[in-house]
Amino acid sequence: MLEIKNLHVAIDGKEILKGIDLSVKPGEVHAIMGPNGSGKSTLAAILAGRNTFEVTKGSVKYLNENLLDLAPEDRARKGIFLGFQYPVEIPGVSMVNFMKTAINEQRKFNNLEPLSASDFLKLMREKKEIVEITSSLTNRSVNEGFSGGEKKKNEIFQMAILEPRLAILDETDSGLDIDALRIVANGVNKLKNKDNATIIITHYQRLLEHIIPDFVHVLYKGKIVRSSSKELALELEEKGYEWLKD
Amino acid sequence: MSAEQDQILDQVTSNDYKYGFYTDIEVDALPKGLNEDIIRMISEKKSEPEFMLEFRLKAYRHWKTMKMPNWAHLKLPEINYQDIIYYAAPKQRATYNGLEEVDPELLATFEKLGIPLEEQKHLSGVAVDAVMDSVSVKTTFRETLAELGIIFCSFSEAVQEHPDLVKKYMGSVVPYTDNYFAALNSAVFSDGSFCYIPKGVRCPMELSTYFRINAFNTGQFERTLIIADDDSYVSYLEGCTAPQRDENRLHAAIVEIINHDNAEVKYSTVQNWYPGNKEGKGGIFNFVTKRGICKGDNSKISWTQVETGSAITWKYPSCILKGENTIGEFYSVAVTNNHQQADTGTKMIHIGKNSRSTIISKGISAGFGQNSYRGLVKVLKNADNARNFTQCDSLLLGDQCGAHTFPYLEIDNESAIIEHEATTSKIGEDQIFYCNQRGINTENAIGLIINGYAKEVLNKLPMEFAVEAQKLLQISLEGSVG
Ligand SMILES: Nc1ncnc2c1ncn2[C@@H]1O[C@H](COP(=O)(O)OP(=O)(O)OP(=O)(O)O)[C@@H](O)[C@H]1O
Ligand SMILES: [Mg+2]
Repeated sequence: MLEIKNLHVAIDGKEILKGIDLSVKPGEVHAIMGPNGSGKSTLAAILAGRNTFEVTKGSVKYLNENLLDLAPEDRARKGIFLGFQYPVEIPGVSMVNFMKTAINEQRKFNNLEPLSASDFLKLMREKKEIVEITSSLTNRSVNEGFSGGEKKKNEIFQMAILEPRLAILDETDSGLDIDALRIVANGVNKLKNKDNATIIITHYQRLLEHIIPDFVHVLYKGKIVRSSSKELALELEEKGYEWLKD
Repeated sequence: MSAEQDQILDQVTSNDYKYGFYTDIEVDALPKGLNEDIIRMISEKKSEPEFMLEFRLKAYRHWKTMKMPNWAHLKLPEINYQDIIYYAAPKQRATYNGLEEVDPELLATFEKLGIPLEEQKHLSGVAVDAVMDSVSVKTTFRETLAELGIIFCSFSEAVQEHPDLVKKYMGSVVPYTDNYFAALNSAVFSDGSFCYIPKGVRCPMELSTYFRINAFNTGQFERTLIIADDDSYVSYLEGCTAPQRDENRLHAAIVEIINHDNAEVKYSTVQNWYPGNKEGKGGIFNFVTKRGICKGDNSKISWTQVETGSAITWKYPSCILKGENTIGEFYSVAVTNNHQQADTGTKMIHIGKNSRSTIISKGISAGFGQNSYRGLVKVLKNADNARNFTQCDSLLLGDQCGAHTFPYLEIDNESAIIEHEATTSKIGEDQIFYCNQRGINTENAIGLIINGYAKEVLNKLPMEFAVEAQKLLQISLEGSVG
């Protein structure tokens, strides 16, 4: 489903990703770990189509298409979802209006009729339950004044509504209390099926106790220096990243 | 902002005016220029009573002593007042019994504008007094209104049929000495609307007038007079678009509102005159004097405006809160794109005790647009417990445009409570990317954010107008994103 080959990415002439190779198949869960500043969010942003970074080398195939040629909104409509490490506040735009626009853009892209107001509200209600998010949040403007944890939950809520093929969750677990962590993990697990895949970027192996990854990768200074099974996460927690230096 | 983001914003905000067309209807016009003879001719053509001619001449003589104002934040080109036609009327000016009789060209024009009269009549319950080139062409719903004693007609008709009311109230809120353009309007105004709501009547429908500038090189001088008697209510809508022409054209309108005890008037405007092309050539100069007086106790005036058009907009819908417990409100969204300039705001003059006013102003600047808010809150000595709340927000798209805020306070009573809030924000690249990532393209993302930003004001508009206004905001800021 996703095939990253020798990907190099720079910003202002400074190379941040230095040759990434990663292959993700339907049904898989991949975890990416790595120290601060190693390039995890950069990788996520490049996949989502952020144009502040420059791809200097390499290729990314998604569903047999050249992903890097697509506009960010088309990537989203084709099923790529990014759970932002720092979700953005959009004052004045209600969650309802925002999500209704988003889902109907996706449906239009897939030649489906737009959802009626009542069908949409039904969908909202359903998905709200999955992530145990309250109406007091969904009735507000997008992320405006949300607490850190609420913003993260809201990302999963949006993911639940949009039902992506490939979800990239950038530190969605950071800043969550124990209950919220369980809720988010449950949400992700409930949405998992054999056709979609998830890339989880995290610093903590505790999330990986709830969402069992098929692979754990370590991103270090712009390169994947180790890919292994889920036990790697435990080892990292114990030893840190230093031992992977060479 | 990255160069590419700038480029997208640029594309999005550089949309050409969508209502640019010109209707070919024969026009009966006076020669160009302005002098006492022209004014006599205007008055004669309209078969006006003597008091009207006198009013016009006095205004003209006063205007001649005045100088064109010079504003700090507007770049005004020279206007040659002798190069303007001050009167033009469509030739076919018979009164019609039905739409079949109306010039099909004219109907097609309304169609293009998206305001087909039939639909207006049947669907929305809106009475339409469509003013095209200075003479009222079509008035609907007159009978229904007449049953309630409501007078809603063109200004010219009011002059003929209700001269006493016109004589009593015309110029009582905006005297011809008020400012340069008010004097000019008072001298040469061609037509406009007149509305009288009798005691105790709630007008059951929104009254609306569509103004339109059309004839070649014709200045438009509208005059509207609304009188709300004791315990009455009316919601009045004004909306405008103009065909695309290459010449700068002058528009100097006057709106006067008089509220008696417990009366309430809601006046809503959507203004979309030709703003000029992307380089700043052409476009309407829009110098409007709008003022209402809450004469009676417990009366209320509410101005709502959505300003997207014109090359230059200069207007300050104002309230004189004379009675006790009176309320003045001003809700405004003003967009300036490309090379448009807007200097708009309000004046709230608190005279009566316990008078209250609210000002919500939302400026949106894009391209090279310059947007100024200028607002005066004045509390006079006897206005005990006057209150004002002002919120004044600016939104910038791109970094070539400008937003300026000039709040003026003149407070002569210590019990006054005045609050002022102001914000300036930009549509951030990260906000747009967040929307993109959810499948919403940049154009629609800007639309969402703009409409969210202006919601507080749009919500004050009557339903059918709100939808139109939302579209307008989108149209005036969006284009084809590649
Ligand atoms: N806009 C930018 N301008 C300059 N440098 C940048 C920019 N964005 C990211 N970087 C740099 O790129 C490197 C990788 O950043 P990135 O956000 O991808 O790290 P990360 O692995 O997600 O870190 P964290 O675990 O702290 O979230 C960092 O050194 C960062 O400073
Ligand atoms: Mg990060």
